[in-house]
Amino acid sequence: MSDSTPVPVKVAPADMPPVAGARQVVAGPHISGAPSGRRIMLLVVGALTPTALWSIVCLGMPAVIVYLACIVSTVGTEFAWNAALRRPQTVTDGSALLTGILLAMCMPPMTPWWICMVAGSVAIALAKMMFGGLGYNLFNPALVGRAVALLSWLGVMGELKPYAGGWLVAVPDLAAVGKYDAISGATRLFVAAADRAAGGAYHFDLAAQYSALLFKNLAGSVGEVSAALVIAGGLFLIVVKVVDWRIPLGYIGTVAALSWAVGSDPIFNVLAGGVVLGAFFMATDYVTSPITKNGRLVFGIGCGLFNAVTRLYGPMPETTTFAILFMNGLAPIIDRMFMPKPFGWVKPAKEAKADA
Amino acid sequence: MVGGAFHGGIHPPDRKAATSGVPIERAPLPERLTVPMSQHLGAPCVPLVAKGDRVLRGQLIGDVDAMISAPVHAPAAGEVVAIVTALTPAGTRSVCVVIAPDADQDRDAFVSTVPQHAGVGPAARAAGLVGLGGAAFPASVKLVPSKHTPIDTVILNGCECEPYLTCDHRVMLESPERVVAGARLIAETVGAKRTVIAVEDNKPDAIEALRAAATDGIEVLGVRTRYPQGAEKQLIFAVTGRSVPGGKLPATVGCLVHNVQTAAALADAIETGLPLIERVVTVSGAVARPGNYQVAIGTPVSDLVALAGGLLPEAARVIAGGPMTAQPLGDLGVPVVKGVSGIVALTAAEAAPIVDVDQPCIRCGRCVEACPMLLHPYAIANYADRRMWDGCERFFALDCIECGCCSYVCPTHRPLLQLLRVGKGALMAKGARR
Repeated sequence: MSDSTPVPVKVAPADMPPVAGARQVVAGPHISGAPSGRRIMLLVVGALTPTALWSIVCLGMPAVIVYLACIVSTVGTEFAWNAALRRPQTVTDGSALLTGILLAMCMPPMTPWWICMVAGSVAIALAKMMFGGLGYNLFNPALVGRAVALLSWLGVMGELKPYAGGWLVAVPDLAAVGKYDAISGATRLFVAAADRAAGGAYHFDLAAQYSALLFKNLAGSVGEVSAALVIAGGLFLIVVKVVDWRIPLGYIGTVAALSWAVGSDPIFNVLAGGVVLGAFFMATDYVTSPITKNGRLVFGIGCGLFNAVTRLYGPMPETTTFAILFMNGLAPIIDRMFMPKPFGWVKPAKEAKADA
Repeated sequence: MVGGAFHGGIHPPDRKAATSGVPIERAPLPERLTVPMSQHLGAPCVPLVAKGDRVLRGQLIGDVDAMISAPVHAPAAGEVVAIVTALTPAGTRSVCVVIAPDADQDRDAFVSTVPQHAGVGPAARAAGLVGLGGAAFPASVKLVPSKHTPIDTVILNGCECEPYLTCDHRVMLESPERVVAGARLIAETVGAKRTVIAVEDNKPDAIEALRAAATDGIEVLGVRTRYPQGAEKQLIFAVTGRSVPGGKLPATVGCLVHNVQTAAALADAIETGLPLIERVVTVSGAVARPGNYQVAIGTPVSDLVALAGGLLPEAARVIAGGPMTAQPLGDLGVPVVKGVSGIVALTAAEAAPIVDVDQPCIRCGRCVEACPMLLHPYAIANYADRRMWDGCERFFALDCIECGCCSYVCPTHRPLLQLLRVGKGALMAKGARR
């Protein structure tokens, strides 16, 4: 047995394959079936494109300026931030582009370009990069940008009518474009709130309002121009499994149910303002919403609750932004409510011991 | 009757068509057989032969006196030319007995040390049987009847849920009677009331062949085609509706699971005394002639790849096993061992991308949805990345079955499975409960 002592043999290095071909030695799994992060971002951008194009058709040059200012500032800020800090460049992941589009969609069409630029820079620098970039931000960057712009320039936006939440401005050429009897001066929500305060019924024809809100709403933010297109884009994202249906369903369902419960028209409340845009595109942001299925349902219901209650009873006619930002802050806590119970989980035996 | 469909899982492209119709072909003996002493989970064997010894096919060449181990036999008659330490497909080093097979030999003749009448457990041990599905857990350990945890259901695992692999499929198709015989032996040994051979429903021909061969109440059950259907806990749930508690063995819920090829090898060992010295291996992917080969243990992977016509130029990654759980091979000189179910050459296009800069988790929740153990892989991975082992434990890292579904679905290609393994390893080293 003298020869049984193991002697090391020379092992051919990995770069000298005995057969042929260069080979990779990396940990498994060795196949991947995931859409890339960029592909997901582009699918969302794609889902927003019809709305964006239609808003430009309906609103004209002011909308183009809002889009450009928002996108240039979000993408530019991310690029500059990375360059200044000598970090790997991340603008190609598409998320800054998406933030820019979403930000533009929740701005009133007559917002000055410089307010859009400030909002875009704040969205990326303050709400995203300062937290560590994509994946680490607590609040939805686009909504932070909008909230900051709204609260900072109430006066400027006041000229565009109260709260700038989406007020139609008398755009000269719109009268020619519009076939509807557009309510000028205040959004439908504002009128509706006044009607409710007066204790009376809506003083406008609901059916005509539905039609306007669904297809051609000139009295709102850029992205509120057609609820139908927004809903179609949202359903597309659900079908291609980019967003979880629980958030939009919880959100929209709660808004509708609460409105109905207090005697306000549920369909009008869902279609008006930023609810559908918020429910399908803002609240569903992966990073700032819960990761568990149950958590997402709770999150959606919470958004709807906050939005409906403040809209129906608060001083502001539109509160989508703040509803989602508020729930963003709660998302980590909601996730903690739904800790995993592994397959085969059994209740820890502690209680039995206490009994004994 | 199907008990239940497990949560989550994935549906990778199965890529089995290249080899599922190719009959098993016996691979010729190589110039040198390198037989590792550690091909199983548990204590490595100690060589019982020395350089210059002549060995016969089936002769015991390595064994150890330990409960969890499996002896090793000579896969061919020949001369021991060296005893070395060499790499195995698992990426670890093991003492190996190198045999130069005789040029002219009867490949069916063998000597046997398997006791014919000592019962199934001792026979499985003497035959060196291990789980042939990939885990290579010594089969005999699971074949010891226990009074504390009686077994009422024996399940043979013929799911073969990994892409590319078709070796179990071919064995079920070509020798269903051996599989059924093995099932009966196992059921009799543990006293099971119900014996089920579970096959994913994407293999209707195998189900049909087994049903034709199955007699006296052995059930052949088609189960849902979804990865990881062949994972032990998921399969038990599918067949019986029972959930194995975390950290516990299937026997806790009265179940025993063996792979179909293991059962066939067990039938051989009991009926003829043949120890485990050959197994069926699928060679597929970017090779010229994909197929299923019956290979002598210790045959170099390079010989097997050459037999399959060699690697195509686009082959970028060669792995030993199915692409979800396999180890990558840096060196094709490593030998085929008992646990190698396939050799798959992946092209750069289909191989998971190599991400050299750490990408962030975007909290999309796909890993949570895919995890068949209902875990939150992203959370465990984040804790493991920061060496926060308490967090790993709080999120049940030890329940992870390492199926790789989380990594498969991750859009930013985070190395989730790897991080989970890191977390599990740290917890096990810490001696955490369960």
